[in-house]
Amino acid sequence: MISIKNLHKSYKMGDTSLHVLKGIDLNVNQGELVAIMGSSGSGKSTLLNILGMLDLADEGEYLLDNVLIEGLTETTAANYRNKFLGFIFQSFNLINYKNALENVALPLYYQGLGRKIRQVKALQYLEKVGLKDWATHLPSELSGGQKQRVAIARAMASQPKVLLADEPTGALDSKTSSEVMSLIQQINNEGKTILVVTHELDIAHMCKRIVTLKDGVIVEDQSVDQVIVENHV
Amino acid sequence: MNSLKVIFDFDTWQEIFGSISKNKTRTVITVIGVLWGIFIYITLSGAAKGLDNGFEREFQDMAMNSMFVWPQRTSVPYAGFKVGRYPRFTISNVKELKQQIPEIRFIAPRNARGVFGGSQPASVVHEEISRTYNIYGDFPEYTKIATKKIYKGGRFINEEDQRKNRKVCVIGERTQEELFEEDENPLGKYIRINNVYFQVIGVHKYIEGGGFETDGDIFIPFNTFRNLYNTGEQVDWFTIAAYADADVVAVEKNVKDLLKKIHKVAPEDERAIGSFNLGEVYNNISGFANGMTFLSLVVGLATILAGVIGIGNILLISVKERTKELGVRRALGATPGEVRTQILLESVFLTLIAGVVGVILGAAVLAIINLATQDLSDFPYTNPTVPIPLVVSALFTMVVLGTLIGMIPAQRAVSIKPIDALREE
Repeated sequence: MISIKNLHKSYKMGDTSLHVLKGIDLNVNQGELVAIMGSSGSGKSTLLNILGMLDLADEGEYLLDNVLIEGLTETTAANYRNKFLGFIFQSFNLINYKNALENVALPLYYQGLGRKIRQVKALQYLEKVGLKDWATHLPSELSGGQKQRVAIARAMASQPKVLLADEPTGALDSKTSSEVMSLIQQINNEGKTILVVTHELDIAHMCKRIVTLKDGVIVEDQSVDQVIVENHV
Repeated sequence: MNSLKVIFDFDTWQEIFGSISKNKTRTVITVIGVLWGIFIYITLSGAAKGLDNGFEREFQDMAMNSMFVWPQRTSVPYAGFKVGRYPRFTISNVKELKQQIPEIRFIAPRNARGVFGGSQPASVVHEEISRTYNIYGDFPEYTKIATKKIYKGGRFINEEDQRKNRKVCVIGERTQEELFEEDENPLGKYIRINNVYFQVIGVHKYIEGGGFETDGDIFIPFNTFRNLYNTGEQVDWFTIAAYADADVVAVEKNVKDLLKKIHKVAPEDERAIGSFNLGEVYNNISGFANGMTFLSLVVGLATILAGVIGIGNILLISVKERTKELGVRRALGATPGEVRTQILLESVFLTLIAGVVGVILGAAVLAIINLATQDLSDFPYTNPTVPIPLVVSALFTMVVLGTLIGMIPAQRAVSIKPIDALREE
């Protein structure tokens, strides 16, 4: 599903240049649940941003579902993101003046779907994350766990090929963290490819494979016995 | 994406409405800026138009291109005459003036008693009451130059009166009030003017602002006046109306030059012949009204511009505030074009809403002014209006300005990379 070869990325910081990714090779197959670990500064977020087409690599090859991603303009990147990718952020990033349903429907709006279809689909995904009854609530009326579940529903709504989660439990307590991870596992079990960036080991062990980054290179890539989280939802 | 489709798409507007109604205070303050601008513009230009209409109403009883010419004292010796002579206009001047100055449409010589220094007003008697009034000898043409409103049933002097030296008179409102009983119809009745019986043929309505005329004036036929006062060929002054397309200032000069020539007055003698040119006065006043209109246009447009810049300013701040939201939208698949369109349409929408509300408020204020000035007859103010094309073009200008100004925040919104926008906490 994802194939990257020899990925390099450096940031200019004034006169010096910071080499963040120093040749990353990674293959992720359909249906995998991969945790990307590493301490801060290891380059894991940069990698996720490049995978999410929010950032461009300096060098290297990136294939997503056998489509070579290169020479992106902002517009094509936006279209690819809309079609192929779903994002889950640490701080949820829901739009605060839109209710849960409208938030979930937003990527569908940018897909150009009609209003009715958007509503039906969005409601479907809200139901999937167990928040159908909260459809008309604003984010400010939801708990952290609920917000993240709305965000997951939103990421799912556009039926992306890959879900990219950046510290999805970073802002949650352990109980709601497991709720969210349980939901992620459930979605993964339905066949969706998911990448989770985390620095928490127990979260990483809820995935099927752990890729560890250190100083811009992959130092470890191992399959693990997945800790199945009890479904609270 | 097809931009026209975006504009007419219900969803686009829902998105815009969502983000606008999110921050109501911001929206209201932004809107007030432009609203104020268009409100000032509409009110000012409506008020200027009202003034313009008012002046027009004041002058409606006078031919706009009319003038008065009268003799004064000569100040330059000429052709053997000494300084200080009083030239006398005569009835034969009418023919000469008409022949030599084709721009003259009507010319009405007038004589009067009691109006200007020295002459005695007429003593008028009806039954037991005796009063004095100013009296004028008039040609029927006079009504072509200065409208005389005659009360129902009556009439002004006509050609027959003139030819037959009829002893008929048109009296003023006050004259009627003072000489006749309240329920007495003066028409057909006789009054004694300087011991000669005159039949009343009309009562004229007094209109303010008509110069030296009063509500007690009595008008009699010119020829009758001549017989009554033995004025012979003498004319006190001429009332002249030029054709509508004539240059009144030039006509005035020609008339004076010709009269100077006829009466052997030095051409350079500025004081020998006096004149009052209504057309010129009217031109000055309508120039003033035009100036007011122009001023209101400039002030209004400047205020609108300030308001629109305010909108741009607030949107710029709002874009900064919403950096994260815009980043999320971009991450979810909004193209730069879509983001730009949204910010632009927000700007245009705010401007337009503000504009429409401003127009409505301005119109309401004009309506109130109109009601308040309805009964004022001594203040030149009538029917303040703003023509629809002006309103439409003002709104159009605002939309254009709103678009141009909106481009700044829109461009800014697009220039932030989604990754930077998302990173911002």
